[in-house]
Amino acid sequence: MKSVIIGTVSFIRKSLVIVELEIRKMRHDPTELLMRAVQPVLWLLLFGEVFAQTRAIPTGNLSYLDFLAPGILAQSVLFIAIFGGMSVIWERDLGIIHKFLASPTPRGALALGKSMSGGARALTQAAVVYILALLIGVKMNWNPLALLGVIFTVVLAATLFSAFSLIIAFLVRTRERFMGIGQVLTMPFFFASNAIYPISIMPPWLQAVAHGNPLTYEVDALRALMLENGTSVYGLGVDFTVLILCTAVLITICTYLYPRAAT
Amino acid sequence: MKIIETNALTRRFGDLIACDNLSIAVEQGEIFGLLGPNGAGKTTAIKMLTTLLPPTSGNASVAGYDIVHQASAVRRVIGYVPQMLSADGTLTGYENLLIFAKLYDIPRRERNKRIHDVMSFMDLADDANRLVRTYSGGMIRRLEIAQSMMHRPRVLFLDEPTIGLDPLARRAVGDLITDLRDNYDATIFMTTHLMEEADLLCGRVAIMHRGKVAALGSPSELKSAIGKEGATLEDVFVHFAGSEIEAEGDGRDYRETQQTRRTARRLG
Repeated sequence: MKSVIIGTVSFIRKSLVIVELEIRKMRHDPTELLMRAVQPVLWLLLFGEVFAQTRAIPTGNLSYLDFLAPGILAQSVLFIAIFGGMSVIWERDLGIIHKFLASPTPRGALALGKSMSGGARALTQAAVVYILALLIGVKMNWNPLALLGVIFTVVLAATLFSAFSLIIAFLVRTRERFMGIGQVLTMPFFFASNAIYPISIMPPWLQAVAHGNPLTYEVDALRALMLENGTSVYGLGVDFTVLILCTAVLITICTYLYPRAAT
Repeated sequence: MKIIETNALTRRFGDLIACDNLSIAVEQGEIFGLLGPNGAGKTTAIKMLTTLLPPTSGNASVAGYDIVHQASAVRRVIGYVPQMLSADGTLTGYENLLIFAKLYDIPRRERNKRIHDVMSFMDLADDANRLVRTYSGGMIRRLEIAQSMMHRPRVLFLDEPTIGLDPLARRAVGDLITDLRDNYDATIFMTTHLMEEADLLCGRVAIMHRGKVAALGSPSELKSAIGKEGATLEDVFVHFAGSEIEAEGDGRDYRETQQTRRTARRLG
């Protein structure tokens, strides 16, 4: 029993060392984060403002911009996470990954740490979306518990999609193929979800796809936590259960694939 | 005491036998060299011994631990410097060491002293807070070696430690390797394709050719064995491995060449 506790503590500590490593890198070179921040600006200020005029999309008691803001936050998290896997291809080409794998760091801690560091990057995007939302007058919920809930959701979802991205990176192995597949994958995740329109207006087959898409549950949780008048369609319990289960499965696959990167 | 022992260690990639029935023993405190041309199986052997690559058959132990069944115990007692560039250019030298000090469980109160000591030993103390991508090739290599020995490993694996370095930096790294053995009581297991380097540094060498050990002994033993006046290790190699220095194309060549060149460019 005692050894299990020591093992778990050590596992979490090692994962956090990997997160620390990525945060230190980010601090030295924040260019990528600034570039990524352009996208939510375009979606909220251009797309959002125009569609808010049409009133074509039924968003219940929320204005369209209110409805859209959590969706765009989820989208920024998705994009920054899904291209994060590229770094392991780079590290593998150089030989950095070999050194980590020859150290006594558990493979699972490498997989979890790398994925959670996507969470750290995603939080910078959350800050950008919050500032934008304030500027365009989205009615936000400033309750500290709700804010903690948003942070938790963002980190959890970023971990999920980063793990997915790492798996793709381990399978395709080259940067060129990864870029191609990354582009192809992000759009379906985004459009087959409730991020920019409610699922109820979709054709039935697309509704089924959207219900199998983890992004839907992330957006649902964010809508409930982020907005003053927000509500969850599925309930936060369902949202977090889906997100945590998906993350656990993906991290497990990632742990299994990690050592193959050194062969 | 034998600190590394391999027993018919074999690794196949499809039809290619990259490492063929390797059986060698390395004594504690030795500087042992694995010598051979590109594609001879040196890196494959070192990857198996550092637990990165599972053997297809055979077995090996490092410091008494089995490389397959006690892999995590092996990882605790070894240091490894890959052939390719393994220091992170987007971090400072200090940060590169800090992260590995944490991953190797060096206690917090000792951490800064160890990092400081190793940086002084490697003559990098003044550059600790510069980003590694501004370092010279020789400095990067020294940093990588520092990273791999901070936890006082019992065996240090160096895969082509001087590849891509200019002659001056090469000599500095060579001196360092001898120093490491003398001051830290580590066993050094290194690969190289440079005959004169092996001659200078290694107590014993194994000459690998097409995955097999063609000859094994101290450089002077090997030289006298071929019975030629004033023989160099180069002559020894030709004698035991035939005249062809380059292994024949096996499809891995292009990728390997690409990686070697890239490493060389970034270090140079």
